[in-house]
Amino acid sequence: MDKAAIIGVGMTSIEGNKVRDTFADMAWEAVNKALDDAGMNINDIDNVITTSNDFWDGRTISCMAVGDASGAAHKNVSCVEGDGTFGAFYGLTRALSGSYGTTLVTAHTKGSQSVSSLITNAAFDPIYERSLGMDMISACAMQANAYMNRTGITSEQLALVSVKNHGNAKKNPLSQMPLDITVNDVLKSEMISDPLHKLDCSPVSDACCAIIIANEERAAKHKGKPVWIKGVSFCSDAFFFGDRDLSRAPALEQAAKKAYAMAGIKNPMKEIDTAEVYDAFTYQELMWLEGLGLCADGESGRLLEKGEFAIDGRLPVNASGGLLSGHPVIAAGLIRIAEIVKQLRGEAGKYQTKNPKTGVAHGVNGLCGQSHCVWVLGKDK
Amino acid sequence: MGTKDNAVLDQGFDGIEPMVFESQISVPYSWWAGDTATYFLKGLRDEKKIRALKCTSCGKTYIPPRKTCPVCFVPNTEWKDLSGTGTVQSFTIARRQLAAISKKVPVIYALIKLDGADTAMLHYIEGISPEKMKIGMKVQAEFAEDRKGTIQDIAFFKPVKEV
Ligand SMILES: [Zn+2]
Repeated sequence: MDKAAIIGVGMTSIEGNKVRDTFADMAWEAVNKALDDAGMNINDIDNVITTSNDFWDGRTISCMAVGDASGAAHKNVSCVEGDGTFGAFYGLTRALSGSYGTTLVTAHTKGSQSVSSLITNAAFDPIYERSLGMDMISACAMQANAYMNRTGITSEQLALVSVKNHGNAKKNPLSQMPLDITVNDVLKSEMISDPLHKLDCSPVSDACCAIIIANEERAAKHKGKPVWIKGVSFCSDAFFFGDRDLSRAPALEQAAKKAYAMAGIKNPMKEIDTAEVYDAFTYQELMWLEGLGLCADGESGRLLEKGEFAIDGRLPVNASGGLLSGHPVIAAGLIRIAEIVKQLRGEAGKYQTKNPKTGVAHGVNGLCGQSHCVWVLGKDK
Repeated sequence: MGTKDNAVLDQGFDGIEPMVFESQISVPYSWWAGDTATYFLKGLRDEKKIRALKCTSCGKTYIPPRKTCPVCFVPNTEWKDLSGTGTVQSFTIARRQLAAISKKVPVIYALIKLDGADTAMLHYIEGISPEKMKIGMKVQAEFAEDRKGTIQDIAFFKPVKEV
């Protein structure tokens, strides 16, 4: 792959209900923050990718409705439906195409404006499945059960992910749910769908994130600290749950393997310094860490108990507080990328991890991690 | 850059109740089931039979049946009648009455691998107390009295042995 870098990131705060902002208002804020961060103005942007979901936005062709506020008027703008990491992947390929030196990528959601159970129920097959009434939570609960049954990972270990990430959020001013909680608090919170308690689940959230990707030539002119895209890949599994082994994430394993190969990483357990993974539910942080090859299969719970994934641990995971502390669907993965960029620049403030050189950001699309996108980012070219 | 603008807006917003536009997206929509699902759903309705489609290339038997094999990328051509018994691969007990759930909670959802099939299907489990649910338990399909040609023509799956 030719070289490319992320030269600007911007995001709104993550909140439970941004009553004062429309989608476009959020995009305006995030885009201007990214431009300020990059020391650029909108004329320096060669093309724009917006990322959204029509069902969540309550309108058709939702991606085009935020174009103006994203500075896309009179520019080449294209759209991705799904998680922001996939929008960024498309943005990267455009920056590498030779046609554009820079791509602005945005991703937004307001979970607060709809009913997430009904929205995610609509992701099920309308003929064979939808009328049963499952949604993202019951589907992921089923996956959690399958994963725990296979690996022996415990509810206490799941709860510890919640304790860690809500605790990390206390250091992140943009996070929605900083909490001082104990494992017992998680286990005593309402059982929503076995084995997932309320505090095993991420909240409903609103936010927008924007990043600016530049090809090597344009990144070289950049005055700030470019963060280099060392490897990136995505891979998808079958649509029907029953075609998959829900307790495993082979699509993630493949995506990670390819991304590491591109980045020249031979031993991710040793070479990755910090990670932001898609922790929509507690079990997902553990399951995805194993899928990413950042610890051995079934070992994540034990390593978590040893403190290895804490901000000052061997491999800090979701130092920002993760999605458990604020989960704007669609923007979620792009925020993971932006957080790793901050970490590698040494600009993560109170949740800065110790001198990371290489980080992994991870996004998910589809129910129970049908599709995974893995980004390996580096401080050095 | 946006800060100055926001300061102006802040004044305008002060003390004003945020306006909300209430709406409901409700668009009539007909999902034509297509040849494959139609044959399957008719089997449930008219014969109380659960049918799966087999790929003659790799030998995998798919349920829910679909026209093509995702592995071989060829049409699935061989219909197979399944017995209606199977094994619970995973399950959850929905406890909170979330908006998508039409039954009264607790509702047990399970991924059931039917005997003779290579993939599993989603459905309800009833006739067992939630606390006794286990991965690996044997279940069998219970058909609805009143069948309309939908996936709900299987009323639920129940444990094979009395629990
Ligand atoms: Zn086949």
